[in-house]
Amino acid sequence: MDEMFKPSRRSFLRGSAAVAVGSAAGAAAAEGPDPLIADLQDWASYTGVGVDETPYGMPISFESHVVRRNVEWLTASPISSINFTPIHALDGTITPQGCAFERHHSGAIELSKQDYRLMINGLVDKPLVFTYDDIERLPRENHVYFCECAANTGMEWAGAQLNGAQFTHGMIHNMEYTGVPLRTLLSEAGADTSSDKWVYVEGADASSNGRSIPMEKALDDVLVAFKANGEALRMEHGYPVRLVVPGWEGNMWVKWLRRIEVTDMAVESREETSKYTDVYENGMARKWTWVMDAKSVITSPSPQMPIKHGPGQMVISGLAWSGHGQITRVDVSKDGGITWETARLGKQGDTKALTRFYLDTQWDGKPMLLQARAIDDTGYVQPTKGQLRERRGENSVYHNNCIQTWYVDAEGNAENVEVS
Amino acid sequence: MSKSPNIFIPALGGTALIIGLAYGIASRDYGAGKIEILETRVQQVEAQASVASEKASAESERAAELEQMIAEVQAAAAERVSSEADLTTPAPRTGGSYGIGRAAHSEEIAVWDVDVLPNGRGLPVGSGNAFDGEEIFADKCASCHGDFAEGVDNWPVLAGGFDTLADEDPVKTVGSYWPYLSTAYDYIYRSMPFGEAGTLTPDETYAIVAYILYSNDLIDDEFDLSQANLGSFEMHNKDGFVVDDRPEQEYAKWREEPCMENCKEEVHVTMRSVFLVETPPESGSNSVMNHASAEGLPSFTSEGPSFIPVAVAKPTKQDEANAAPAVQETETEDEGVDLIAAGKKVFRKCQACHKVGDGAKNASGPQLNGLVGRTMGSTDDFKYSGVFLAAMEEGRVWDEAALAEFLAKPKSYMKGTKMAFSGLKKEADITAVTEYLKSFGE
Repeated sequence: MDEMFKPSRRSFLRGSAAVAVGSAAGAAAAEGPDPLIADLQDWASYTGVGVDETPYGMPISFESHVVRRNVEWLTASPISSINFTPIHALDGTITPQGCAFERHHSGAIELSKQDYRLMINGLVDKPLVFTYDDIERLPRENHVYFCECAANTGMEWAGAQLNGAQFTHGMIHNMEYTGVPLRTLLSEAGADTSSDKWVYVEGADASSNGRSIPMEKALDDVLVAFKANGEALRMEHGYPVRLVVPGWEGNMWVKWLRRIEVTDMAVESREETSKYTDVYENGMARKWTWVMDAKSVITSPSPQMPIKHGPGQMVISGLAWSGHGQITRVDVSKDGGITWETARLGKQGDTKALTRFYLDTQWDGKPMLLQARAIDDTGYVQPTKGQLRERRGENSVYHNNCIQTWYVDAEGNAENVEVS
Repeated sequence: MSKSPNIFIPALGGTALIIGLAYGIASRDYGAGKIEILETRVQQVEAQASVASEKASAESERAAELEQMIAEVQAAAAERVSSEADLTTPAPRTGGSYGIGRAAHSEEIAVWDVDVLPNGRGLPVGSGNAFDGEEIFADKCASCHGDFAEGVDNWPVLAGGFDTLADEDPVKTVGSYWPYLSTAYDYIYRSMPFGEAGTLTPDETYAIVAYILYSNDLIDDEFDLSQANLGSFEMHNKDGFVVDDRPEQEYAKWREEPCMENCKEEVHVTMRSVFLVETPPESGSNSVMNHASAEGLPSFTSEGPSFIPVAVAKPTKQDEANAAPAVQETETEDEGVDLIAAGKKVFRKCQACHKVGDGAKNASGPQLNGLVGRTMGSTDDFKYSGVFLAAMEEGRVWDEAALAEFLAKPKSYMKGTKMAFSGLKKEADITAVTEYLKSFGE
């Protein structure tokens, strides 16, 4: 970094004095001229960093806390583990790849485009092998989709557990994918696409994570993707090629996709029997729960995003999504669900993609119980935790799409709570 | 488009000016001779004005024409949008083939297509029993799953848990929960052992699966499991699953227009976050227990909160910490750096079981900080195999030569080691990983 950009001790003191004034009374009410305006600042006088300082740019140092984070004790080893997107600190809907959550079963692998092979076999006329370059020759599409781990909010079945939207709801990201429809590859191989067939997909990493997808979905909107947000997929998201299964649980979005097999039954792999199934109160379990139901969460204020400005005008903001289609409405409550107000959608979200909502409101400085409730274009209304527990018991791990509550105290600090 | 008529205003204005000037000049009394000249000039000017006026009218007709064309283009675009016939069509649906990709060789398919279906289809020829499986399991699986498949630390428990599925904390093991035995074979053969996937033979896999069944008291140790009987083996929980019932049980019910006002009389907090999660500037997180009680919080009615709690000290000052820029580590530019970087990559083969760096703890294998120069088998609190305990007694020390020999062939250098790893084949890898390990002191 350029020497000139290191703040001098003097300018640091001046800066912190201004911050103290600002937080005490609000910058507008500061007595006397603000030194940040009145005094000539280094950055307004000396030159800055030239081009090529960072050929691939990273966020400025002031944002270095906006990173993926894990909770070590959740899993046995970081090689087979998960971390969380800092959704509390983001706005809009697109997740930058560099902070989009990761989940690996045997670690993220370095697989080059040259070494990449994709096989399609099983009930097909012509079993085929594609190289990476082959895939780029086929007609491709662009779509924005969310990818949510089925275990997102899973800890919270047991009650309020982790303090932060990043930790309770951060197993999600939303990117614009470029890829070839899976149906194109199936057609290329002359696959039997009758409705009782399945497509089994498998990764190239040591876990060779495999999932069975019913043919109807495979022919609908599944993509064999190689770009996200305009650039190559990151290693941790399956470079060079991953599967995108819109609206369905993240575990099916097989990374480092190496094989597609057309079968006449579900493989019933480990990830679709021993995992990603939920046990009801009576001991029976449900399986093949692929769709992620409508869900929302307030990202700010939230435990990692306290209100710092005191009473008055404020923005309550959050995210909503549905694996069934578009979000049509989000309601926000400030009193734990007694009264609801309909929030403003940042823009009409794409189908099976994140939608941003805002409630521009006044805070009276009193405690609040903040909640958001999403409604999708099937008319489905996001349930309360009580509704979910009544139906499924408390032994579920996956698919917790309950309404989340943050208690905000008079100081503006927020905490994860459960309410009556 | 509203701008286009303005283009013609200067032309029309100019014409008017010329006509005005002409009449002004004609009205002056300069005598008959001059009148004639002036009349001629008036005629000329009138002619010019008429030409200019014609031009202006032609231009304004052109403007109207252009406006008409713009309106037509806009109407056509609006029609396309309203009929959704825009240009963002999906990729073409092919009925046939682009002829891309090459035929897969049957040998290739045989190597990659090893998944096993619930009825056993896809199983390779082979067999194994729990008696043989016990030894293989101890060697390759027990470091994570325990000698009796009971699970070590957070690693999966594979045995027991029968009749717990309806309990508060069900124990979901291969025996108590898995509906098909094919899943166990399929998963173990393709994805296990962790960090050494794809190295088991079919016979070893059958033996391991048999040992897991034996640990669950489902077979005796002489039962030969093979491609002939694995697919038809009935699991304890085979009827324990229903297919997704949300459409009937949930979607049909949770579609009512929700309440907006006076939806509840009163709301109170029933539970506060169990953990407070601190987010250190570098990465990761630290969880600390939250000792605050729900009783300290107000209840809510439509009138607002019942009281405003007195502020208590905030649990963390994480925001200030977050604002501090991360400290950059400076690397010395000696030639060791490249080797260390290469060693870091090689170490990926080890990291599933061994930890290094600040605060590294024993995992399935001992932590490796300060390994070179350390007495063998001497890490506190690690359960070593006998051969390492013996080495410690003898005071044998990990020097680079010993390490190189061990890493090349762990099981022959340390006969009886629990370490499942089969060894590093390349000498360069051994050198690199040794340098990498040396970069972590005590």
